[in-house]
Amino acid sequence: MKKWQLSLVFLSSLLLAGCGEPYLSTLHPAGEVAEIQFNLLLLSTAIMVLVISTVVIIYTIVLIRFRRNKENENEIPEQVEGSNKLEVVWTTIPIILLTILAIPTVIATFYLGDTSGMHKVNAQGEREAVVINVRAHQYWWEFEYPDYGIVTSQDLVVPTDERVYFNLLASDVKHSFWVPAAGGKMDVNTDNENTFFLVFDSEKAEEVGNIFYGKCAELCGPSHALMDFKVVALPRDEFDAWVSAMQNYEEKEPETDVAKYGKELFEANSCIACHAITPDDTRPYEARLAPNLADFGNRTTVAGFLEFNKENIKKWIQNPGEFKPGNKMYDRANFTDEELDALAEYLLTLKAQE
Amino acid sequence: MNAVTAKKGFWGTVWEYLTTTDHKKIAHLYFIGGGFFFVLGGIEALLIRIQLMKAENDFLAAQTFNEMFTMHGTTMIFLAATPLLFAFMNAVVPLQIGARDVAFPFLNALGFWLFFFGGIFLNLSWFFGQVPDAGWTSYASLSMDSSGHGIDFYLIGLQIAGFGTLMSGINFIATIVTMRAPGMSFMRMPMFTWTTFVASGLILFAFPPLTISIFLLMFDRLFGSQFFNVSMGGNTIIWEHLFWIFGHPEVYILILPAFGLFSEIIPTFSRKRLFGYSSMVFATFLIGFLGFMVWAHHMFTVGLGNVANALFAVATMAIAVPTGIKIFNWLFTMWGGSLKITVPMLYALGFIPSFVIGGVTGIMQAVAPLDYQLHDTYFIVAHFHYTIVGGVVFALLAATHFYWPKMFGRMLNERLGYWTFVFFFVGFHMTFFIQHFLGLWGMPRRVYTFLGGQGLDLGNFISSLGAFFMAIGAVILVVNIVLTTVKGKKVTVNDPWGDGRTMDWAISSPPPVYNFKQIPLVRDYDAWWYEKMKGNKELPPSEPLQDIHMPNGSIIPIFISLGLFIAGFGAMYVPSNIVGDGSPWGVVVLVLGLALMFGSMLVRSLRDDLGYYIRKEELEDDVERGGKAI
Amino acid sequence: MSHIDLTGKFTIHNWPERPEIATQEGRNKLVGLWLFLGGETVLFATLFATYLALKNRVPDSSHPLTQDLYSLPLVFVMTAVLLTSSLTSVYAIHHMRNFNFKGTQLWFAITVLLGLTFLCLEIYEFYHYVTDYGHTFRSSAFGSAYYFLVGTHGAHVAFGLGWITALLIRNAKRGLNLYNAPKYYMASLYWHFIDVVWVFIFSVVYLMGMV
Repeated sequence: MKKWQLSLVFLSSLLLAGCGEPYLSTLHPAGEVAEIQFNLLLLSTAIMVLVISTVVIIYTIVLIRFRRNKENENEIPEQVEGSNKLEVVWTTIPIILLTILAIPTVIATFYLGDTSGMHKVNAQGEREAVVINVRAHQYWWEFEYPDYGIVTSQDLVVPTDERVYFNLLASDVKHSFWVPAAGGKMDVNTDNENTFFLVFDSEKAEEVGNIFYGKCAELCGPSHALMDFKVVALPRDEFDAWVSAMQNYEEKEPETDVAKYGKELFEANSCIACHAITPDDTRPYEARLAPNLADFGNRTTVAGFLEFNKENIKKWIQNPGEFKPGNKMYDRANFTDEELDALAEYLLTLKAQE
Repeated sequence: MNAVTAKKGFWGTVWEYLTTTDHKKIAHLYFIGGGFFFVLGGIEALLIRIQLMKAENDFLAAQTFNEMFTMHGTTMIFLAATPLLFAFMNAVVPLQIGARDVAFPFLNALGFWLFFFGGIFLNLSWFFGQVPDAGWTSYASLSMDSSGHGIDFYLIGLQIAGFGTLMSGINFIATIVTMRAPGMSFMRMPMFTWTTFVASGLILFAFPPLTISIFLLMFDRLFGSQFFNVSMGGNTIIWEHLFWIFGHPEVYILILPAFGLFSEIIPTFSRKRLFGYSSMVFATFLIGFLGFMVWAHHMFTVGLGNVANALFAVATMAIAVPTGIKIFNWLFTMWGGSLKITVPMLYALGFIPSFVIGGVTGIMQAVAPLDYQLHDTYFIVAHFHYTIVGGVVFALLAATHFYWPKMFGRMLNERLGYWTFVFFFVGFHMTFFIQHFLGLWGMPRRVYTFLGGQGLDLGNFISSLGAFFMAIGAVILVVNIVLTTVKGKKVTVNDPWGDGRTMDWAISSPPPVYNFKQIPLVRDYDAWWYEKMKGNKELPPSEPLQDIHMPNGSIIPIFISLGLFIAGFGAMYVPSNIVGDGSPWGVVVLVLGLALMFGSMLVRSLRDDLGYYIRKEELEDDVERGGKAI
Repeated sequence: MSHIDLTGKFTIHNWPERPEIATQEGRNKLVGLWLFLGGETVLFATLFATYLALKNRVPDSSHPLTQDLYSLPLVFVMTAVLLTSSLTSVYAIHHMRNFNFKGTQLWFAITVLLGLTFLCLEIYEFYHYVTDYGHTFRSSAFGSAYYFLVGTHGAHVAFGLGWITALLIRNAKRGLNLYNAPKYYMASLYWHFIDVVWVFIFSVVYLMGMV
């Protein structure tokens, strides 16, 4: 049993160090928030390993020394009632250990829960920090930048090395907003707006090609597992460039015939009724029933989780129910291959910048 | 009725079980009922793990998968673990305190049948093709959004079963308060009786919030109320609070009796008195008390605010102290003892390290900011399986082997028992240890699939493999039970393990219908051990041999439960239901069901039920035949 | 335990001082009922919490709030009636302990009548809210919470009435014995509990609703 325990400890340290993908794993913290949480993980693990080893040592000694065998088969051990000294020891020591753990816990709780920074304004009365309204829907994410007048979806674009504040609200059922590498999750309630912040470290972002994975972490229906999104973490100047590109977004007429046909189809099939194709969607969020497709051509994924290529776009348009069961678009459509081609071609032309 | 059970034939036996109010037979019923649902929940678990064996598997559809884990959790908590613990409480507690039955034998039977009909109701959802799919926690926004009647099956099934659990809780407290034999002071009560007592107290105070929260959701879904309808002023967070005000004590309702079982098994096979008995009692109370103070640690990410999160984090950490006391007390019970490694003891030895791991990961999650990462990931799945399987299920398996002779009069095969343990133990750690890391690597819980290439493939494969090991262990146990029932070795002695300490080991296996011919006199803690050490062959009586008053059997509990069961179907199809397939017939069925229930209750109230007496002469006959008495 | 003929004939002379707990069954029942009331307390506490969380939570300003709805005079009468019924049940138990069967039946009957009056007033109150204000179980979260809390109490009153009435009819011809004495006592204890809950409803719902 002891060997087994030891090898487990060994194995776990191996696992802690080695596995897990840097764009997804909480063990590769990519920012201040995740860092704090990772340090708490290390501290608590250390204390807990201490506790486990104490138990295992006593346990092993007991198993070796006090087994019944042929010689002592008929012996009656002394019927000890207890020991006050020992009781005090194993009451006091855990209390001390827990205090060591409780203090940083409380400090970190208040530190991470302090979102007052989002209200700070500069001399011109403009908000200093980036604030993003996250709106969760079955099974997609919308990101609204209220200060910039931008609405986008599925790809969350953020600046690195600064606090990004989030206001979270769900339109249908409860979801939970989680970017494991950047920090813990926060529930997206239907009742009230939750607020928190994350920080995305520029070096770590570079390591993973500027893309972190985000997930829904609260059961929200059949396609909960696929309610992924991507975080595009850009250096501040690139982020600003993106913002201004989005702010000056212009609906370009498609150039190729195929894409033109795609646009016709897009309008004729009333896709446009739900999907906005410009980022300045001013309707209230309840009315924004489907992902905003502005800048679709620069997306990292199709539907939040499929590899971004034309084939997947076509498959998704034809058969979304197969990929995300229970999604609110439709289960399947009857486009011809030609029509699908046109639609995909058209969607790929929707770009804010090259 | 007669004390001496005549040969009754198959249907006679069935009838006897349907009408029984004898705590020992009700224990059998709970064991069979709970065992059945345990197997069902196990199959569901296996299907879950098959689906997650590889990335983007299509073994189960997304919807089916959600139904599967919802039913797995609900079944295991409400229909397997709780009733199996009730089986042992019923079988053992009255014997441990020197009583002839529980305080309310009729309620005891009613409690079982309510549980049973509730469980059947819930599982009928599979046949209707509308299965609960919002998780065992059934959070209000999603459960209001769920289509079909799945959630209604969940709500009504749990409501019925919950009533039964509440009754059993009241019954056990009353039994332990009023029915203890002379000399059995509170501080001489065996640990399992103590934990039953405290767990029953938790049931009493935790189940009413569940009852209410279920009513709220039921009314919203079936009768058009607005408790959770945000646009009408409702609030879904209320459900989360109420559910966890119930849900957190519920896990202690499960684990405390498990602690109690190990507190019987470890001293028995260490041949040594439980170390620090009074601190164990104190720790049990403290755990029970703190259990009500920490529910919001399930809700750290809900956005309750910093103060609430910090307070609940610290309160949760406090629970580690009494739990730690217990662990060390068990270790020091064994220290200096004479350890015999039987199958039950093997589970106890497996339990200690496993549960410690489950406990410490619990503390890690009490660290609120860290929990923002761990919450709703596979880390928590690993954590609660380490406590519930490593704690409760190990205790149930241990108790199955330990008390089998007392309950059924035969010994389970020891060799097969070892094999069950090996497969189950290895499989358990294989399945769940890796899940801690899956969570840390970014895998949320309750996902029907995961994508390849995100570093989650190998971990999930290992986990699924472990599940098969556990399944093999469970199959061996079933084989063992069948073989033992068919041709197992009959137990002829009172104390087949040889080192029994409490009074249950002082009477025959299985005990006669009246348990104790004369109510015993308790002279010390570990009453039977005390007498053995004095060289006595039986417990000293506290009363002369006299007629014994026994409760009558009754079929009415089944009718009351059936009435509620029928009413449940009616309620589901009332015209105002959210699914929109109701009809006025729903109301008719609802009223008829309630009429059957209240009518049966009225019949029960109006007819005098005075019980019957077993004559002194019959008891003496029993002694002469050498069979059924002390 | 020797045989006690529970349903046998008793006289004032062999009637125990506390007939409700003279037998093991009676003692069990007493403990059991107290435990049950403990559970009921938590049940009502949950209902109160829900009510307070949803109090005055309505979709828009067209819906009435507590101040618009409640009328204290009516509620005051209801309170007086129910509290009096608690007192009359005390008399009934007093007579039961003195082996005065007629007194027991009479005072319990008065208790039932008072309880019935209370229930009628409550039904009138609900009817008034529904017809005059459109305040229903379905009109808002506030409405749902209000009717669920007060209605659950009302259902308890109705159940208590049925319970006591059944006892009065069942035992009308056979008088007091040690089998039914605990039953009377338990019914009265339950009735007191319902009263206490009403006092809380009166304070938390109605009085606090006026401010």
